[in-house]
Amino acid sequence: MSKIIASAAIRGAHKIVKQAEEILSRAIEEKGKDCPVAFPNTGYYIPIIYSMTARAVEKLSDFEDVMREEIKPLLPKLVEDELWTPYLGPTLDAGMATLFAEEIIEACKYIIGPNPVDGIWLGAADDMILRERGIQFVDGTAPGFAAIAGAAPDVETAVEIARKLQERCLYVFMSAHRNGTTFAEQLAEGGVQLGWETRLVPFGREITSAIYALGFASRAALSFGGVKAGDFRRNLLYNKNRIFAFVMALGEVTDEWYATAAGAINYGFPTIADSDIPEILPTGVCTYEHVVSNIPHDQIVEKAIEVRGLKIKVAHVDIPVAHSPAFEGERIRKDEMHCEFGGQRTPAFEWLRMLDIGKVEDGKITVEGPDADSLEAGGKMPLAILVEVAGRKMQPDFEPVLERQVHTFMNEAQGLWHMGQRDISWVRISKDAFGAGFRLEHIGKLLHAMYHEQFSSIMDKVQIKIFTDEKQVLKLQEQARQVYAERDARLAGMTDEDIDTFYSCTLCQSFAPNHVCVVSPERPGLCGAYSWLDCRAAYEITPSGPNQPISKGKCIEPTIGQWDKVNAFVIKASGGGVERMSQYSMITDPMTSCGCFECIAAVLPSTGGIMIVNREFIEMTPCGMKFSTLAGTVGGGSQTPGFIGHSKHYINSKKFIAAENGIKRIVWMPTMLKEEIKDNFVKGADELGLGGQEFLDKIADETTANTEEEVLEFITKANHPVTTLEPMF
Amino acid sequence: MEPKKCSNDKATQEMLKHAYEAGVETAWDRFAQQEPQCGFGKLGICCRNCSMGPCRIDPFGDGPQAGICGATADTIAARNLVRMVAGGAAAHSDHGRDIAHTFKMAVESEQCDYMIKDELKLREVAARYGIKVEGRETKEIAGDLADAVLAEFGKQEGTLISAAAYPPPARQKVWKKLGVTPRSIDREIVEIMHRTHIGVGSDYKNLVKQGLRACLADGWGGSLIATELSDILFGGPQPIQFGSNLGVLDAKQVNIIVHGHEPTLSDIIVAVSQEPELVKMAKDKGAEGINLAGMCCTATEILMRHGIPVAGNFLQQELAIMTGVVDLMAVDVQCIMPALGSLCGCFHTKLITTSPKCKIAGAEHIEFHEDRAVETARQIIKIAIENFANRKGKVQIPKVTERGIAGFTTENIFYHLGGRFRASYRPLNDNIINGRIRGAAGVVGCNNPKQVHDYGHITMIKELIKNDVLVVSTGCSAIAAAKEGLMRPEAAAKYCGQGLAEVCETVGIPPVLHVGSCVDNSRILTTLANVVAEGGLGEDISDLPVAGAAPEWMSEKAVSIGMYFVASGVYTVVAEPLPILGAPNLTRYITDEIEKDVGGKWAFERDPIKAAGMMLEHIEKKRDALGINVEKERKLYDMEDRRTLSVE
Repeated sequence: MSKIIASAAIRGAHKIVKQAEEILSRAIEEKGKDCPVAFPNTGYYIPIIYSMTARAVEKLSDFEDVMREEIKPLLPKLVEDELWTPYLGPTLDAGMATLFAEEIIEACKYIIGPNPVDGIWLGAADDMILRERGIQFVDGTAPGFAAIAGAAPDVETAVEIARKLQERCLYVFMSAHRNGTTFAEQLAEGGVQLGWETRLVPFGREITSAIYALGFASRAALSFGGVKAGDFRRNLLYNKNRIFAFVMALGEVTDEWYATAAGAINYGFPTIADSDIPEILPTGVCTYEHVVSNIPHDQIVEKAIEVRGLKIKVAHVDIPVAHSPAFEGERIRKDEMHCEFGGQRTPAFEWLRMLDIGKVEDGKITVEGPDADSLEAGGKMPLAILVEVAGRKMQPDFEPVLERQVHTFMNEAQGLWHMGQRDISWVRISKDAFGAGFRLEHIGKLLHAMYHEQFSSIMDKVQIKIFTDEKQVLKLQEQARQVYAERDARLAGMTDEDIDTFYSCTLCQSFAPNHVCVVSPERPGLCGAYSWLDCRAAYEITPSGPNQPISKGKCIEPTIGQWDKVNAFVIKASGGGVERMSQYSMITDPMTSCGCFECIAAVLPSTGGIMIVNREFIEMTPCGMKFSTLAGTVGGGSQTPGFIGHSKHYINSKKFIAAENGIKRIVWMPTMLKEEIKDNFVKGADELGLGGQEFLDKIADETTANTEEEVLEFITKANHPVTTLEPMF
Repeated sequence: MEPKKCSNDKATQEMLKHAYEAGVETAWDRFAQQEPQCGFGKLGICCRNCSMGPCRIDPFGDGPQAGICGATADTIAARNLVRMVAGGAAAHSDHGRDIAHTFKMAVESEQCDYMIKDELKLREVAARYGIKVEGRETKEIAGDLADAVLAEFGKQEGTLISAAAYPPPARQKVWKKLGVTPRSIDREIVEIMHRTHIGVGSDYKNLVKQGLRACLADGWGGSLIATELSDILFGGPQPIQFGSNLGVLDAKQVNIIVHGHEPTLSDIIVAVSQEPELVKMAKDKGAEGINLAGMCCTATEILMRHGIPVAGNFLQQELAIMTGVVDLMAVDVQCIMPALGSLCGCFHTKLITTSPKCKIAGAEHIEFHEDRAVETARQIIKIAIENFANRKGKVQIPKVTERGIAGFTTENIFYHLGGRFRASYRPLNDNIINGRIRGAAGVVGCNNPKQVHDYGHITMIKELIKNDVLVVSTGCSAIAAAKEGLMRPEAAAKYCGQGLAEVCETVGIPPVLHVGSCVDNSRILTTLANVVAEGGLGEDISDLPVAGAAPEWMSEKAVSIGMYFVASGVYTVVAEPLPILGAPNLTRYITDEIEKDVGGKWAFERDPIKAAGMMLEHIEKKRDALGINVEKERKLYDMEDRRTLSVE
């Protein structure tokens, strides 16, 4: 720590702590000591304080304890002008005290204002965003984030910096102002779309809002890293070694900024500044340098990535617009659009098929019919995207898996928007992209490049044919629809008994070391993202990767679904943590969960049934816990009889907790989940003779029951079939 | 005698001039009177271990080549050398034993002037000694620890617990293979006395082997116990400001100097010296207050923990008396010149001996008993106050002081490199690996009138830090560095190479870290063990790019210290050669072949710049062996790479 920086950071910490004391006493004065305090919809309380100290702050008076017992003891004396004692440790402590104090400030703002959520400012991210976005830090699609403080010297520079960060797949978390403006406001002025979808997240105008970024990081460690609250060391090292974030300080660095940056250094997040401040080059707390300064704006993104020690593979896609996962969530509104395809306005579909290797000419891209420049702004036309691939390892079963990538690949192009799949797809090209020269052949170019980039191990050749002539499109669409139907039939008919190989998924083991997903045709991965076919394709693509074939071996017990070789595999892959695992039971040796599950099923003992809650449902559930709290119980790779994490799709599988009588056990689900799975659920219930929609109506939801007693009352009245079953235990 | 040729220190030079003018004799005068010193003694080839002798070997090869019993030069010198080790190890370990007894008393007695001040460290140390700590009361743990530690001195079976609990596993293997793992502290010293008796061992290597075992029982045993228990009893030091040199004495106050090595009495004197009643008493006698200062390692113990100023190092003890303002000097054990007795007769200073082990002709003896510590401390302070009125003659305080930062320990390095939340040695290892810091050196030891006082320490240290070697220091060497301003954090920018300066600036430390008294050389050992454990710099202390030095050594303790550093794998350079040069095989073994056995070796070099050069060369050799001198490209991490990183 440079002495100048240490002195400023410790001064800043004192100022922020004083500010926190003031707002806290004001809040207590106005609302009383017992006034509840929380960030919206999170199970992680006030997250930095919670993750570092295990203190669950629930009311204002808890903040007084935090102030007295945590912050004050951490706050060091100011650095002396001469004959100073070592300041690195004290400065890092001051940084953490600052973050705690800033959480108090922001949390109090939620109570007495000004509300942190205001205009473009988003304030705290709730747990749904955390799960949805945090997973990207787990699977590597987002290598980290840039916490930007301040503002660029002008709008153009801000837009340029943001675009470069997006191209490198990084999230951009924005806080603090400079010269009366902020980076986020500059982007808005530059017409850039802000929000979690575009990875450009404006937290707040003040530096104190930087805690939303660091709180997000802390929660990611708790949620995906299996780190326990209070295990500060592991939380911070997890961030240092997994989430590659850094602070980008744009503009004059104040004492308060220094203090906050010192807090970030605890996480291993270095600061890269555009101004001429002292540097801290020796390494140790961060991976490389701690503070690097005076970096010109046109080099600052590259420098930041180098300082953080980040390797980002950016596929070179030869199209006139940028291409990166960060643009995936970008929307194109009607008035920003040059033209569109599909979306029930014109026929449009995409279809990927494998051909004999001799029939595919790699890199060949054809466009038949008029191009986008034949349309006036706001126009529309039909679109068929036919991807033809060949490769020695390619199999017909991979077709749907690979076809679904069209959505992602196209969305990742800046100014190109894609929704849906198959024959319900909907594509827009923005005016900006069109202006930059984007035409239909570029769709072909980007698909060709991305298929090679990501699937080169299974496909050797890729050609893309694009059609816009309506007659041609409609004719091809008929063919495609036949194929879609055949595929559906094949998948729907596939049972666990049909095949002798399951697949493992240990993608999340770097976060939940004991966890192993065993994916079978009738039990997809609990995250909902990996079906058996996906795993098989993933294995072919990366034979040494996290999806490994598991030969089932001898069946030990068919009802609960245990096989000797599956158990042997699980013992090994869980490092001895899990000895036996049932594919179809939530009571006997249930499958473990990492933390990425779409739903949680939990026994409601007095009802003899189970409730299922999906991640999107943030209210209280009849078991007395919200999803986020339940997730803490279920996740982390341990077996918890009576609880499982699973995908939505699994509910409609015939093997859904087959050992415990399947869907007959379901006594409660949120309405939104009911609605989402309705079609197949009703069909399944019919087949079981439970009476389709009638059975669904016998299942309680948040409109009819909010406690276990109310559920029992409801199902008794409704004559739910669970009442006729043997008890689960 | 020219003061500038005697000492590098301005205060000392001024006082020597004054001494010559006043006709007061000092160590330098007595050194001159001793010259020429005995050549046989210097070469280590005189034996008077039995009454057939004394025998001596002719170093030129013309006269006798064996003593009456047949002992050769190698045998005689090896016996003498390991007896020096025994003397040094005995001094450190007896100090450790006394602290252990005080510790046991503090634990067992309800009304005691001592208490456990560092509970965290108590639990850490107890856990290392294999004592259950979870869910147990402090008193229970401390009781078990006291028993376990005391048993280490005299146990008859097994090996030292600490020799297995602290050093890296690879180091323990080296000792085991060589058969030098220490068994018990006292036993190894006794066995030296036995083996060097007439008619026992004559094989010089086998004699040295026992020397290795005894010195390890000191460094990783007796000294370590002294350090660990002192921290628990008196508090683990934290970085603290302190003043140094004779200028810290104040003519207007009652000046008390505590001198020697142990903290037991001095720490209590610190605690009571500012009691209002005593201060009032001093004021009533016309003084402005009570000024406490230290000398040698007793000073170090209380400056590390309380920032009490240090008046000087070993060769300044007589000079302090000559200022005419020291109203009382209380001494305990070790490095106290008998000359003080007669010197105090010429000045008003009261010399008080406090240890039954150390009585000095001309001194008043007030025996210190740990169970009456506060009472004794008050009694001593009162004598000093009473004596204030007896000042006579000219006051001669050199206006020379310097300030610095002390208080670095094996434990608090963790905090200072990462704060509470990221406490770690990682930044140290990282910056050694990346070459900002080339390596580290322990510069320790005494003063010796054969060298220009302080010059060896300061010159060597400056040369090392200029070449980006971080220096840790203890005892009189540390005092020399402090007096020169090398323990000011500002010294980093002034004296260091760019890499070390950057690291010092980052952490806010001086380039020379004061880690305590001479028993606290054990802190250097445990720090090295932590550096090995942190990873990236090899598996053993002998892999590390580090070196040790004692540029002005004189005591037997220094021989034991040097030997335990060598036996722990550290290359160690001393100025005055060990008294073995008359024994060619032994010399070759100690300065060369021993490296194959233990990874470290001795070297002798009087020129501190040359000696520093030898250390630097050794450090670079170790860096080369570790492969860290090769310029490495910055590793950038993709997701795959990151998944392989530990988050523990």
